[in-house]
Amino acid sequence: MEIDKNQLLRFTTAGSVDDGKSTLIGRLLYDSKSIFEDQLASIENTSQQKGIDGVDLALFTDGLKDEREQGITIDVAYRYFTTPKRKFIIADTPGHIQYTRNMVTGASTANAAVILIDARHGVIEQTKRHAFIASLLNIPHIIVCVNKMDLVDFKEEVFNDIRQQFEAFSSKLLIKDIRFIPISALLGDNVVNRSENMPWFQGSPMLSELENMHISSDTNKIDARFAVQTVIRPQRDGFIDYRGYAGRIASGIYRVGDGVTVLPSGFKSKIKSINAGDKEVEEAFAPMSISMTLEDDIDVSRGDMIVKTNNQPELLQEFDVMLCWLNNDQAKPRTKYTIQHTSNEQKAMIKDVVYKIDINTYDRDTDDKSLKMNDIARVKIRTTQRLMLDSYRDNRNTGSITLIDEATKETVAAGMLV
Amino acid sequence: MTPYYLNYLEELESEAIFILREVWAQFQNPVILFSGGKDSILVTHLAKKAFHPAKIPFALMHVDTGHNFPEALQFRDELADKLGVRLIVGSVQESIDKGRVAEEKGKNATRNALQITTLLDAIDEHKVDCAIGGGRRDEEKARAKERFFSHRDDFGQWDPKNQRPELWNLLNGKHFEGEHFRAFPISNWTEMDVWNYLTKEGIEIPSLYLAHDRDVVLRNGSWIPKSKFLKLEPNEEIVRKKIRFRTLGDITITGGIESDADTMEKIVAEVSTMRETERGNRSDDKRSETAMEDRKKDGYF
Repeated sequence: MEIDKNQLLRFTTAGSVDDGKSTLIGRLLYDSKSIFEDQLASIENTSQQKGIDGVDLALFTDGLKDEREQGITIDVAYRYFTTPKRKFIIADTPGHIQYTRNMVTGASTANAAVILIDARHGVIEQTKRHAFIASLLNIPHIIVCVNKMDLVDFKEEVFNDIRQQFEAFSSKLLIKDIRFIPISALLGDNVVNRSENMPWFQGSPMLSELENMHISSDTNKIDARFAVQTVIRPQRDGFIDYRGYAGRIASGIYRVGDGVTVLPSGFKSKIKSINAGDKEVEEAFAPMSISMTLEDDIDVSRGDMIVKTNNQPELLQEFDVMLCWLNNDQAKPRTKYTIQHTSNEQKAMIKDVVYKIDINTYDRDTDDKSLKMNDIARVKIRTTQRLMLDSYRDNRNTGSITLIDEATKETVAAGMLV
Repeated sequence: MTPYYLNYLEELESEAIFILREVWAQFQNPVILFSGGKDSILVTHLAKKAFHPAKIPFALMHVDTGHNFPEALQFRDELADKLGVRLIVGSVQESIDKGRVAEEKGKNATRNALQITTLLDAIDEHKVDCAIGGGRRDEEKARAKERFFSHRDDFGQWDPKNQRPELWNLLNGKHFEGEHFRAFPISNWTEMDVWNYLTKEGIEIPSLYLAHDRDVVLRNGSWIPKSKFLKLEPNEEIVRKKIRFRTLGDITITGGIESDADTMEKIVAEVSTMRETERGNRSDDKRSETAMEDRKKDGYF
């Protein structure tokens, strides 16, 4: 593997055991030779105990005790595999409606979403829900896998039908890049290896799509946004006046000499130096972790954002977000929450629930003002100070927020700026 | 023309540095849990990069079981010295002497589980509010569900069903008095990633990881090193083998593998063809299907 060039691709798989999601992941790992022998031995052992012939690949993704006992995935589990072309991180999330929050979590950092459809059942409520979440979280690439093709005699009409059903409802969603693949996770058709049973399919197997899709543009390289995490002050000989503003570039490209503005104060300066780790560099881009120094001695601290003077985010104290409620306790109207946005933290309250969305039908409900676990709603938020915001569509890092309940200190909601 | 994307190791590095800086910003008194193993060495190295040109702002905390490889202890002391960071040592022997814990009995007795008490006591004593660990999600299925910022209640316990959602780059380290967090900056690294990175960066690791001649005994399919703690069974015999260790735990439970890999490059080549997980030679994980999950709930690393 060429480690100098290979990229990291994060993808999410939503679905239930019934769709063959676990079998698909097991198949990917098995055929890409990512399962170790002691793991395989343990699965073979369990398969035998359960009276299953051969190896049940789905067992490979079995998780915690409760999950095994109930035969379900409760939480997001992360899996890893590497091919000669890329490193992959799978965020394996449960597909049932009561786990919407976990799907949202897994989707928040994904480059791609794999949506599974059972060829025998076609598009069902769950498919619409998964597509909605993928679109809401602005996942750049979607792969729709029509699974269990072996159970419908590998018929092209079945695949084309499902594809049309999907395209019909998904035209209402914002999806940039979508591809359809007929597969059989159980037999391995079109997962890693090309199917001999479906010569009519002209596309690539799922793994080669994942290996080759263009992901460099998934990160916004246009709008330069840099939130300061912490200030590095060595306070030792040779560095007495050194103040390095450390953070991870959210988007865009920064070069030494660039004219920058510090928000929210509005002070202007120029970039004097950029450090990536212990090396000094001339330019840096998202998602690099860097530290930078400025020409002028101005007051900059955690939560401030350094942007290029000619391209700035909006400074807003009141704004609309699509909010997903993640907590067992309902939202309390006009209660103070802590809002997290980049490295910035303020107090906030939910002023109004504009509408709630039924994520199975996409219908809007403007009467119900409650926010319960797994609800998704458009809400108005007001903060004590202005935040430096971009729309989530343009920028996943500077258009996203979370809310923390001050009484329990738990993260209770995740929001995307409209 | 510069390609404006990171390769996967650069991206993992950037993510880890982000998490380490977030720990520093959100907590009052964070430490790095340092075992002398490659993963905690990697975390320490990443912390050095994260705060360059300043010194690492975290102390190193080591839980000393009294059953360590002498080479690992020496390496620990030299590294702390070189980086100029404070070293905090929690001693399992002291916990035993104070009557906080009792030594396990029987043939396969280890001090593995005893570490939990010593670790939690040290966290308490030094008022640590965040302990940074080198845990990776690919190591074990209970770890596959671990967060970057992992909440522990005031008993130091992990509740797998009550973890905080982590979305985008937004990490929530808020906690009540007496509670603490564990942070895992290299969650997304695999064993292979760690070796590739250590090699690329030329990071020094204890010689135990490289192939060397050692007196060992074959037990449960692993080569257990000879030490003053090892009690031979009647049918066992000490032999001299060329071995190396894939992980470093207590000398009593860490099995070596036969290997000729005596350079970093050879290790990378060897690991890439390995067909067994690295913890396959750790008898602490072999005790039951849920050995790691159970220990984690109690407050293990």
